Amino acid sequence: MAEYSALSIIRNALSGNTNWKPAWRKPDPKPSYDVIIIGGGGHGLSTAYYLAKEHGIRNVAVLERGYLGSGNVGRNTTAVRSNYLLPQNIRFYEHSMKMWERLSHDLNYNVMFSQRGVLNLAHTPAQLDDYTRRGNAMRHLDADAELMDVAAIKRLMPIVDDSKTARFPIYGGLMQWRAGTARHDAVAWGYARGADRRGVDILENCEVTGFIRDGDRIAGVTTSRGEIRAKKVAVAVAGSTGHVMRMAGIDRMPIESHVLQAFVSESLKPILDTVVTFGMGHFYVSQSDKGGLVYGGDIDGYNSYAQRGNLPIVEDVMSEMAALFPSLTTVRVLRSWGGVCDMSMDGSPIITTGPLPGMYLNCGWCYGGFKATPASGWCFAHTIAKDAPHELNAPFTLDRFHRGTVIDDKGQGATPRLH
Amino acid sequence: MLITCPYCGPRDVVEFTYQGDGNRTRPDPASTDLNAWNAYVYDRVNIAGDQNEIWQHSGGCRTHLAVTRNTLTHKISSVRSTHAEPPAPPKPARKKPRAKA
Ligand SMILES: Cc1cc2nc3c(=O)[nH]c(=O)nc-3n(C[C@H](O)[C@H](O)[C@H](O)COP(=O)(O)OP(=O)(O)OC[C@H]3O[C@@H](n4cnc5c(N)ncnc54)[C@H](O)[C@@H]3O)c2cc1C
Ligand SMILES: [Zn+2]
Repeated sequence: MAEYSALSIIRNALSGNTNWKPAWRKPDPKPSYDVIIIGGGGHGLSTAYYLAKEHGIRNVAVLERGYLGSGNVGRNTTAVRSNYLLPQNIRFYEHSMKMWERLSHDLNYNVMFSQRGVLNLAHTPAQLDDYTRRGNAMRHLDADAELMDVAAIKRLMPIVDDSKTARFPIYGGLMQWRAGTARHDAVAWGYARGADRRGVDILENCEVTGFIRDGDRIAGVTTSRGEIRAKKVAVAVAGSTGHVMRMAGIDRMPIESHVLQAFVSESLKPILDTVVTFGMGHFYVSQSDKGGLVYGGDIDGYNSYAQRGNLPIVEDVMSEMAALFPSLTTVRVLRSWGGVCDMSMDGSPIITTGPLPGMYLNCGWCYGGFKATPASGWCFAHTIAKDAPHELNAPFTLDRFHRGTVIDDKGQGATPRLH
Repeated sequence: MLITCPYCGPRDVVEFTYQGDGNRTRPDPASTDLNAWNAYVYDRVNIAGDQNEIWQHSGGCRTHLAVTRNTLTHKISSVRSTHAEPPAPPKPARKKPRAKA
């Protein structure tokens, strides 16, 4: 199996780079497994990894429709943070943050986790009060948060327009220094290699087309590579949740699929060494190691399973960038793309047993599920192995919407485009 | 994306407000059936393909529209007013006074 070191780079360079070993096998499906995980995104792969590592369940297959990493795990803008308001979210995402801090070591795979900080800018005194409250809530539960004044923000980020005449003058900001970014592909590859090594079969180009039932119990799946049976079937298909659950006869869910776009600019010299969010509207940006600005904003706002967006949001995102950083108006956009996000009705995820016997469900990540990848897989593996949630994911049930226990961090109500 | 409003003709999507899944029926306001209300507020059909949805021409004539749109291609196959019968255009309150000779 592939190991990477300075020596292996030299050795492989000398042999023309033709002897690299694949990082994971390409096995044929077995007729049955203990656990099948549908979806080879970050969450499916990390679930498989922790099932094998933490619970000794190794007779596992991950079924991926396309190639590994073709979903949102390879499309996101890589921000990792735990700056939430509600205790359920802070606890869960802070657990994830602590896992990120050890992840490269744990996987023996460099996921390039960079704790460069995530700064939320406030543009009114009321917004700063609101951030103060959120920062206090975070510190109360062991996450880090720091209020910054305008002078400190300007020192950190000289290109920002801090003038009183800016379209939306800056009043301060809330910084989480331990937050940052990671290399998204490496996260998928690292988990895939780790799971594969422990015996998990990763089956690419294996699209689930239906469920096999044994009475009312889910007993396996039909796929483009034949029937596969399993004692337990876990669904982790992010943006495709509605589509896949319909195959199991569940035609209404507290989920809407929406497209989120992202953009990368041409390479620039280092100008921004943190992740910044704009508080008037929705815009966030960081600079990649290659020098490109990686940025995005709102979802397009209407249901979409197309992995491409429309122009009004492009205009929206660019105008917000120009308002915050006027000097960037001459920078050219290199490329843009879209990914389909599973927007839940309260903005929080679902990690649960059920809703059918033999089934387990992981979804509702909205546009913030990359940072959850370690904790989501860790909690989902626990839920699958023990047939009961861990206390960290116990609040994230499917029936909370009907029981009046929604976890609506921003208090926006059941309207995905406001989350 | 263009939406062809039955009153205003083809208009850019920025003139419209998305109001979501058009398969939901709002319970009677006097209803105390919690399940029906929960389903109305939180449950969505979310089809990959032709989907019924509600849009409002908020930047135009403000009519609520029942739209059938494909969520994979963004192609719109039908647009009509959410009223069963589109209301007839209002009649002039009184006859225009004829210009006196
Ligand atoms: C543009 C963009 C920017 C984002 N930015 C951030 C960010 O900065 N920070 C952050 O935390 N989050 C961000 N996110 C959200 C994050 O990427 C997602 O929440 C997360 O990746 C979803 O989990 P996943 O990795 O398992 O999903 P995916 O990688 O989408 O995995 C789901 C997989 O299921 C597969 N699948 C679907 N149907 C089937 C089927 N029938 N059979 C077999 N397989 C199937 C898909 O092919 C896919 O590979 C962003 C998302 C987008 C689109
Ligand atoms: Zn109109």
